[in-house]
Amino acid sequence: MSEIVSSNDFQAKVLDVPGKVLVDFFATWCGPCRMVAPVLDEIAAEKAGEVTVVKVDIDQSPDIATRYGVASVPTLIVFENGQPIRQTVGAQPKQNLLALLA
Amino acid sequence: MTQDEVLDIAIIGAGPAGMTAALYGARANRSVAMFERIAPGGQLAQTEHLENFPGYTSSTSGFDLAMAMHEQASSFGAKTIGEEVLSIDFDQKPFELTTAFGRYRANSIIIASGARPAKLGLEMEEELTGHGVSFCATCDGNFFRNKDVVVVGGGNTAAADTIYLSRICRSVRLVHRRDKLRATAIYTQRLLDLKNVEIGWNTTVERLIADDGRLAELELRNVVSGETEFVKADALFEAVGTIPNTEFLNGALELSPSGHIVAGELGQTSIPGVFAAGDVRQKSLAQVVTATSDGAVCAEEAVAYLDGVGLV
Repeated sequence: MSEIVSSNDFQAKVLDVPGKVLVDFFATWCGPCRMVAPVLDEIAAEKAGEVTVVKVDIDQSPDIATRYGVASVPTLIVFENGQPIRQTVGAQPKQNLLALLA
Repeated sequence: MTQDEVLDIAIIGAGPAGMTAALYGARANRSVAMFERIAPGGQLAQTEHLENFPGYTSSTSGFDLAMAMHEQASSFGAKTIGEEVLSIDFDQKPFELTTAFGRYRANSIIIASGARPAKLGLEMEEELTGHGVSFCATCDGNFFRNKDVVVVGGGNTAAADTIYLSRICRSVRLVHRRDKLRATAIYTQRLLDLKNVEIGWNTTVERLIADDGRLAELELRNVVSGETEFVKADALFEAVGTIPNTEFLNGALELSPSGHIVAGELGQTSIPGVFAAGDVRQKSLAQVVTATSDGAVCAEEAVAYLDGVGLV
């Protein structure tokens, strides 16, 4: 499973990471979040070294969710060199997520 | 499985209909695979509590029941392939399926691709989805704790969403274009008893008004008087029905005017060897209990078809 990052390490684990980081803003009680989780794990394994995939639990780290205007879970945001470049809302098929990262 | 292998039964979609078809197909000793675009569960996986699946009490979460269905089908040998089916060549025998990542062949097919939430089709709806506009109350309700929200719709989903949100939000206004809900009677009474719920009858949502990239207000219109009013809305939860997922069929099967697959009691579509189960099929009651029933019948019919054409 992809690493869960919190307010303390968001800077180091997302913003300071070179290249693309896919951040999954999720909640433990959200069905579509639980559905998309294994798809994200597959992408993390296939794109290892190229893309980093991490998760933010919106109940544990509401400040990060608020900072990026997250009002729906799952919200998936692609960061590149510390900047959010693309985002999508809701569980998505794998090919859509790969396209988001392309 | 390898892509050279020919499946006995390919099932498109792993919601309640597809998972039940897989269970019955696998128990009939047939090679069965479910093709799922995201992950097993379908719409059931985002149902908070299931109150109307016989034998289960209100504490049953839709997600947990979906996972149990998947585990059960898998335990009898049904496979799950996490690839979206993009098209099917029905002219080939075996049928040929093209997914986002490969090609597969199957001697029979059960379409159980379900339905997705319909949208109102308003300006800015796409941009505001995830910023105040939501299609999943149980997913997004918590973002609007102690806020004022609106639910649009008149069926069971709209009613259940309103009840769910009334426990979280400061106020919930349910707007419905008619003067009566389509929802099951038990919901109507529960809604009327809720102090922070107001129902706007004969009302439609005309316009979304955003402030700083987030939904802020709605323009509502009374369809009887024609009057419009502006209401504060931190969120709009849409529950205005569903659209069947039939685009990938490219018109190969007979569809109803609403886009649902036309199939009789036995799930037989206009092409022999191709069956339809669950919410994608034209029916009077789209529920988990009818989806599972369809799945079981279709699997039995697929097995009978394979036997009949000598594909034992």
